[in-house]
Amino acid sequence: MSGELSGQVAIVTGGASGIGAASAALLAGQGARVIVADLQDAKDGTGRFVSHDVASEESWKSLLADVLGREGRLDIVVNNAGISGGFANAETTTVESWQHVQAINSEGVFLGCKYAIQGMKKSGPDKPASKGSIVNISSIAGLIGSAGPTAYTASKGAVRLLSKSVALYCAEQRYNIRCNSVHPGGVDTPIFNPLWQAMGHEQGKAFVGSRHPIGRMAEPVDLGEVVLWLASDRSSFVTGAEIVADGGLTSGLMKR
Amino acid sequence: MPRLENKVVLLSGGASGIGAESARLVVREGGKAVLADRDEAKGRTLAAELGDAALFVPLDVTQEAGWQSAVAASVERFGGLHGLLNAAGVGVRNSIEDCTLAEYRRVNDINALGTFLGCKTAIPALKQSGGGSIVNISSVLGLRGASYAMAYCASKGAVRTLTKNVALHCAQMKYNIRCNSVHPGYIDTPMIAPRLSQTVGNRSGRQDLEELHPLGRLGRPEEVANMILFLLSDESTFSTGSEFVCDGGLTA
Repeated sequence: MSGELSGQVAIVTGGASGIGAASAALLAGQGARVIVADLQDAKDGTGRFVSHDVASEESWKSLLADVLGREGRLDIVVNNAGISGGFANAETTTVESWQHVQAINSEGVFLGCKYAIQGMKKSGPDKPASKGSIVNISSIAGLIGSAGPTAYTASKGAVRLLSKSVALYCAEQRYNIRCNSVHPGGVDTPIFNPLWQAMGHEQGKAFVGSRHPIGRMAEPVDLGEVVLWLASDRSSFVTGAEIVADGGLTSGLMKR
Repeated sequence: MPRLENKVVLLSGGASGIGAESARLVVREGGKAVLADRDEAKGRTLAAELGDAALFVPLDVTQEAGWQSAVAASVERFGGLHGLLNAAGVGVRNSIEDCTLAEYRRVNDINALGTFLGCKTAIPALKQSGGGSIVNISSVLGLRGASYAMAYCASKGAVRTLTKNVALHCAQMKYNIRCNSVHPGYIDTPMIAPRLSQTVGNRSGRQDLEELHPLGRLGRPEEVANMILFLLSDESTFSTGSEFVCDGGLTA
């Protein structure tokens, strides 16, 4: 397929649903060969599915071996897989649930960056030198905090800062690998399933949407476009940045 | 009038560095200091020096049971709890390429999980005492990245947002408990001692770190402790969920 990512290879974790699935579709639309790395296959999704657990280092090793073996190169990694871990607050969060959320949201992104760099540094017949773009999905909870899920909030703060460290390190090493964090507001994805069950999908969506200055929740494709931009050379001078796509939620105060 | 009269403050990492200096200020300002630290020898020595207004309790911040004993000991000895300082932490140099998963977890367990457990365990006791103030030590590296401190950056970023989460939860619940983060630059404490003795190019490690700060020097523990004292005291009662920077201009 032709397109501005033609010939490039992308891994999207959590690529079977939500922001991941939308990103996978848009990357593929620009000609990238997309590996959907997820626990479960979406069946009707884009790209080649590889069963993957982001919290497992062994799983990352075999994913990278698979991708380099079959595709011969790695250009883009979208560290999108994440969980809310429920709604436990600062008083009700247990050590076990804290560790579980960190293992996926924080350690999973750490491992994702580490193995992304390993893959992106490799050159080959159709990739002359080290190059790549890492896109880490954080959250507005990584910017402003919330009274909501404590472990989630902390994990997204970790992703925000770890992305900067990775960006600076890769710049220092002259790897030509960029790394940025994306901070979505409310997006209509399965992470909101508990709320949809409680309120109903349409009503829940309207409720969460009304909290955003722009008056609606994001659709996954809204974030997919941000991911595509960061993944492509169109953002070639952007690294270590926090890209906020939240319908104005963290911008300030509205008339009330 | 003393600024912390009869306030009981639990300080993790209270045996050295910023924690120890804060403990001295707590006692100087009429409060009670409970020094919680893994370093028993140092902790007991400082507690003895501070006298009746201080108590040492051994604490590994990654253990919830340890936190429960520390909070219980504070309440039992001094009759309540009004402040918590989460100052325990490790500073580790590693990059995304050389950090192992085990090391990433260790740093995050001590710096982030440890701070979370401190908040979680202290909230009921603070509530019981009519409210109080929690101060979490993050870092300038919770505000800005550093290529050479990946795991540390992640853990301090976690503390930064965790702090806001705790602040908003307590506000929503009307607990009268505030929670703020402090972001020091490089402070002359045991944490950075190994870096001071290294050579960087043709300069000493100390000069190298000093030059990072527009003020041209390292911070002193008491300079950070003064900010912490303000946050622990009733002088800061409208501040919660905020980031207090003490960095000699580093992030300016």
